Amino acid sequence: MSNQLMAGKRGLIMGLANDKSIAWGIAKALADAGAELAFSYQGEALKKRVDPLAAQLGSDIVLPCDVGDEASVDALFAGLQERWGEMDFIVHAIGFSDKSELRGRYVDTSRDNFTMTMDISVYSFTSVVKRAEKMMKKGGSCLTLTYYGAERVMPHYNVMGVAKAALEASVRYLAEDLGKDGIRVNSISAGPIKTLAASGIGDFRYIMKWNEYNSPLRRNVTIQDVGNSALYLLSDLGAGVTGETHHVDAGYHVVGMKAVDAPDITKG
Amino acid sequence: MSDVANRVKKIVVEHLGVEESKVVDNASFIDDLGADSLDTVELVMAFEEEFGIEIPDDAAETIQTFGDAVGFISNA
Repeated sequence: MSNQLMAGKRGLIMGLANDKSIAWGIAKALADAGAELAFSYQGEALKKRVDPLAAQLGSDIVLPCDVGDEASVDALFAGLQERWGEMDFIVHAIGFSDKSELRGRYVDTSRDNFTMTMDISVYSFTSVVKRAEKMMKKGGSCLTLTYYGAERVMPHYNVMGVAKAALEASVRYLAEDLGKDGIRVNSISAGPIKTLAASGIGDFRYIMKWNEYNSPLRRNVTIQDVGNSALYLLSDLGAGVTGETHHVDAGYHVVGMKAVDAPDITKG
Repeated sequence: MSDVANRVKKIVVEHLGVEESKVVDNASFIDDLGADSLDTVELVMAFEEEFGIEIPDDAAETIQTFGDAVGFISNA
């Protein structure tokens, strides 16, 4: 699938970890459509992984950023300002919570982990959008990633579901704030995908099976599916869309009960 | 060497970029084969995919060496 929907557009991808990452599916779809990309990473272990992937897409802009640190976010945007001056889009694929609280009961969430999860998974998007706004002089498009656990209770998602609900709400407020300048803000609510981050979620294989058997399309989604929908939201194809939570989940969010033809499965 | 061991070895060699001769039973992924903490998670994910099994977190934590991995997968 080759096109030039993103020709002449420049943007930042945050949260790439490896070639299983949703951010990778998005980056590839954008690069294939002619976008010029920059990447941010947190820490040397991730830099080692991001460098070759960025190079594979013809990008040599790979900058460090700890979204928990205002000075670090400032430094990232100073770097982009120096290289590009202006930018057109941003992809935020970042979230974090203490893995030990992504199982068991939500009610047992600690104050420290609650605060940290909200800071890294929610505020960081607002924080980077605020800075990107200044560089989006001709308008722009901002995208973050969320999950159905924001809307309904999903096993083990716990505090991350609460954070994603706040993230989706912040997408709506940001859309209003920035709309007047032609900057759109949307999120993609992706179905479960086996990424490095997902490895922290309990019973993930069971969750994947359940979605495969019970979603209207009777399959799980891929990072290519998410990448293609991201391309729509980040390119001018999505020019009339903002404040939206777009479900790329094989339709799972419309389902009310287990499919009659779905096999009974037990936790393996 | 068993079929499982050969398949595990292939994944380890490719993922960590190490010499096949270094991937011996008591070789520790982190101490001997240069894996970082993300590599160990990625390796477990690669084993799950290759063998169609689930390796729970508490089991994954016990997989420190090549021999541990082969042992766990053979009994899965």
